[in-house]
Amino acid sequence: MNPVRNYKLMGLSNRVSMRNKNKKISNGVKSIYFDYAATTPVDDRVKKAMEPFFKEKFGNTMSIHSFGQEAKIALEKSRETVADLINAKPNEIIFTGSATESNNLALKGVVFARRSLGKGGFAAHIIISQIEHPCIMETANWLEKQGVNITRISVDKYGLVNPLDVKKAIRKDTILVSIIHALNEIGTIQPIEKIGKICCSRRVYFHTDAVQSFGKIPIDVDKMNIDLLTASSHKIYGPKGAACLFIKEGVKIEPILHGGGQEMGLRGSTSNVPAIVGFAKACEICKKEMKKETQRLIKLRDKLIKGVLQIKDSHLTGPPCGEAGHLEKRLPNNANFWFSFIEGESLVVRLDLKGIAVSTGSACSSAKLEPSHVLLAIGLKPEEAHCSLRISLGRQTKEKDIDYLIKVLPNIVKNLRRISPYGK
Amino acid sequence: MANDTYSKKVIEHFQHPHNYGKMKNPDGVGKVGNPICGDVMHLYIKVEKEIIKDIKYETFGCVAAISTSSVVTDLAKGKTLQQALKIDSNKVVKSLGGLPEIKYHCSLLAVDALKKAINDYLSKKKNEEKK
Repeated sequence: MNPVRNYKLMGLSNRVSMRNKNKKISNGVKSIYFDYAATTPVDDRVKKAMEPFFKEKFGNTMSIHSFGQEAKIALEKSRETVADLINAKPNEIIFTGSATESNNLALKGVVFARRSLGKGGFAAHIIISQIEHPCIMETANWLEKQGVNITRISVDKYGLVNPLDVKKAIRKDTILVSIIHALNEIGTIQPIEKIGKICCSRRVYFHTDAVQSFGKIPIDVDKMNIDLLTASSHKIYGPKGAACLFIKEGVKIEPILHGGGQEMGLRGSTSNVPAIVGFAKACEICKKEMKKETQRLIKLRDKLIKGVLQIKDSHLTGPPCGEAGHLEKRLPNNANFWFSFIEGESLVVRLDLKGIAVSTGSACSSAKLEPSHVLLAIGLKPEEAHCSLRISLGRQTKEKDIDYLIKVLPNIVKNLRRISPYGK
Repeated sequence: MANDTYSKKVIEHFQHPHNYGKMKNPDGVGKVGNPICGDVMHLYIKVEKEIIKDIKYETFGCVAAISTSSVVTDLAKGKTLQQALKIDSNKVVKSLGGLPEIKYHCSLLAVDALKKAINDYLSKKKNEEKK
């Protein structure tokens, strides 16, 4: 399980009710959201676009009558919009229910297609990295149990995959390379264009999990030699419950959900039209506003990083800020730190009590005691990886929010260090 | 009840922990945990006439680790050593109004630290008596 996500399982109902109560008080505690990498609120324009598809235009896209056709038209229009954001063709977009499903389909679907072609059963080889999202990691682990060989490529201290390592790892029986585009925890942007080129020249399918980068930085599946790409709606101010898998024309893949022939036979399930329409609207807005929003976020992020690093014994994780050549290697909205001598969850909850919602990569919140696999992969010691804090910005983040965070964080760190046996 | 959230009491102790800090010349010290696992507790006691007169701790860890440290020191303060040795993790969890199941190990850690500090005191005393 992803510790970052798992933290949210911990309910924290008291503070939720506290926050809701505070909202009612005019001068109540601030409530600032700094966890856009986890999920985003639905944009008002998206919500408005979805509205008619709940009650008026509620038809099933597989129905032949006018209700069905109305829904079908909306679905296909949405497909065009989503395809347009990554320079794909509409028939190359398969809508799914979540990025986890898309990633499962990409990996399992390619392996299953291989078997149905009678080329050696499950005895195939897949290359992933050590820093994938758990839904890739776990799918690969499961496939490994079925007999698929898996290579997990290591990364450097910034979380970067070296394309040459991918090249070296490709074997005769390699059928798929899957490398995450941008890291959910530390924001590193991988050189996927170079990896795509290598895969293309070796005739190996290339899949990328682009959940964190899609809609935030430009993606061109054609130029980047991408065969399969996963994207999700709720990370870009669309609703939860809609995602997609881009599958390049000609890629051999089998469905994992068999059913009524929806999504070109690749994903049986009644189409979730309201969510898909919302997803498409979210894509449309991202395309229009990406450039301006990216510049705004980079400015805020760099101010945040600079401010936080003023704290003694604080460390930036992932690509450094302000160093030429590395700026474009970090997502515009991500900052990840670790603070010596204090544990991440404590920091997150103390911040929450001050009305600031951030996230941790700390393991203390997960059932397992191991810290984040990403932070260990970039070379942090376990005792350092326990001290991590992820701050992710988004559309509602204002400069005054950054100022507030920079103002309250030093005292919280100081107070927790007073309790800690270390660093004195 | 599926207890996967922090109780009000846990948050109270976490927000305003009692008895934290280092102790000068403690009579007994209990150090438990491992930074690699993300929880470390150093617990210090001062003993007078077999009663825990003062108790302090330093903790590196999550919300549960800090609040269990706080509550176990509250429970032990002013107690005789025999009474303090009877404090178990159930008692700690109960005093906190419950703990998420995956955090139970934190209450064990706090109890272990207390036991270790008391045993440290007792063995020091034994050695002194031998002299």
